[in-house]
Amino acid sequence: MLKDITLGQFFPGNTLAHRLDPRTKLLVTVLYIVALFSARSLWGYALLALVLAISVRVSRVKLRSLLRGLKPVLFIIAFTAILNLFYTPGRTLVSFWTLRITYEGMRTAVTMMLRIMLLIMGTFLLTYTTSPIRLTDGMESLLSPLKRIKLPVHELAMMMSISLRFIPTLIEETDKIMSAQKARGADFESGNLFHRAKALIPMLVPLFISAFRRADELATAMECRCYHGGEGRTKLNVLRYEARDYLVLAFFLALAVGIVASEKLGVPARLSALLV
Amino acid sequence: MDEIIRIENLTHTYSAGTPFEHCAVDGMDLSIYRGEFLGIIGHTGSGKSTLIQHLNGLLKPTKGRVLLGGEDIWADPKKIRSVRFRVGLVFQYPEYQLFEETVYRDIAFGPTNMGLSGEEIDRRVRDAARFAGVSEQMLEKSPFALSGGQKRRVAIAGVIAMEPEVLVLDEPTAGLDPRGREELLSNISAYHKERGNTVVLVSHSMEEIARNVDRIVVLSDSRVLLSGTPHEVFAQGDTLTRAGLDVPEVTRIAMSLRERGLAVDAGVYTVRELSDALLALRKGGGVC
Ligand SMILES: Nc1ncnc2c1ncn2[C@@H]1O[C@H](COP(=O)(O)OP(=O)(O)OP(=O)(O)O)[C@@H](O)[C@H]1O
Ligand SMILES: [Mg+2]
Repeated sequence: MLKDITLGQFFPGNTLAHRLDPRTKLLVTVLYIVALFSARSLWGYALLALVLAISVRVSRVKLRSLLRGLKPVLFIIAFTAILNLFYTPGRTLVSFWTLRITYEGMRTAVTMMLRIMLLIMGTFLLTYTTSPIRLTDGMESLLSPLKRIKLPVHELAMMMSISLRFIPTLIEETDKIMSAQKARGADFESGNLFHRAKALIPMLVPLFISAFRRADELATAMECRCYHGGEGRTKLNVLRYEARDYLVLAFFLALAVGIVASEKLGVPARLSALLV
Repeated sequence: MDEIIRIENLTHTYSAGTPFEHCAVDGMDLSIYRGEFLGIIGHTGSGKSTLIQHLNGLLKPTKGRVLLGGEDIWADPKKIRSVRFRVGLVFQYPEYQLFEETVYRDIAFGPTNMGLSGEEIDRRVRDAARFAGVSEQMLEKSPFALSGGQKRRVAIAGVIAMEPEVLVLDEPTAGLDPRGREELLSNISAYHKERGNTVVLVSHSMEEIARNVDRIVVLSDSRVLLSGTPHEVFAQGDTLTRAGLDVPEVTRIAMSLRERGLAVDAGVYTVRELSDALLALRKGGGVC
């Protein structure tokens, strides 16, 4: 049901991928994305796919759960691939009727597909191995220099972790209210658009009421514990970089710089020429 | 006795195929008879709520069947809505499902979904309100202006108003004060007596179950541990204690009297029964 949505779900574990500092993982993800968008050659993609495969292996996340994350964007992937396949000018490979597949089209289609897939699987790996709390902690810490320009970094991070925290609760609540109304014969599945929208009222009213009630209770509970924003606030779990964080960061920095530089210098083309 | 619901080898697994997989009901067999007042009891997480959500087709069995009046309720998935009118289910903490502007309209939600005429709906709302202990003045109020206990009564009335053949209540007294519990239970008992409909009551509390139901089913770790009349079930006090459940206080007294060598029936569960048993013992010349 609704609960099975795995968007940004965390799979607890105790592997290197789980233990890394969340800031490291965020930076590494950014570096990986930079590398992904600079890579043009199949060589580059092969290397990046290999790096992702190793990371997945290390994290012990099941490949199946990772692939399931791709499902919602399958359509976009297929659409981009097909568009690129047929509408890129260049040397004709095959042609039939008015359609023409070019050598360049094929290349772009494959690389675009790889790029989107690696991008999504990479970011999913981040959320699969990092709990939302640690993720927002990491973001807050990385963004803290922006406090200088009066950006309410702590408040934003707090808002984010509260919303992340309440997504599963609200989904569960929605499930429960829907069941309760179905037990009274509510019908959420049939009828035209207007009927369906109207059928949502018995679900939305209790859901909003309970969300407001929860917000109220949470605010009271926070005030009771003297919460007053980020000023002078200390943390229970202080983030600290370990040796492994520096190693992993160095590796990904080298990867990103290496890919950007070698694409500029045309290394992959020479590599291919060497092989042929 | 005439069977109204029959559960065959029912198994339900939540989130199958993920790391969060959990088997909440494991190969249960159970019959519910027409007109009986059945109590289901079990410790937290024993699968009570999961089990009863199968009775009206809110959950689909992972394995096994649920028969209502001899027919598999999932034989035609399109007809599942009609099953929900025949088996009325009141959820745990049902007060959170209220949404209408007035209590009256909220109680009328179920009957309206059944497509009944205005007069019939009106009759059912007033009947149901009476059974659930919702007063006439309350009907025109907003459900959000009521107390927690009153809201719960309104929610229960909303299900009774569908006039289901089987009424299932999931811990209807949870979180109420002793007086509220007592009143609500006597309302439910009165409904059962007057209508003669089947009632299934899920509860944590042995005392509550003992005083009201004809038959008890005890769940433990996703399975049926015991079933029988209150007398039969409480006679197995040791098994219940091992399953993490309390027996009624009176039964506990009887149990410890037995341990000290008195021939008291271990299945007694009311003060009356116990005093009768003790008096009989005295007349019979037992050591007292
Ligand atoms: N929607 C769900 N998804 C996953 N697991 C669930 C879900 N609902 C219940 N469970 C699990 O199934 C088991 C049985 O739950 P259930 O709600 O049936 O217990 P219960 O006997 O009603 O307990 P309680 O007395 O606390 O109401 C529990 O271990 C619970 O964690
Ligand atoms: Mg329950």
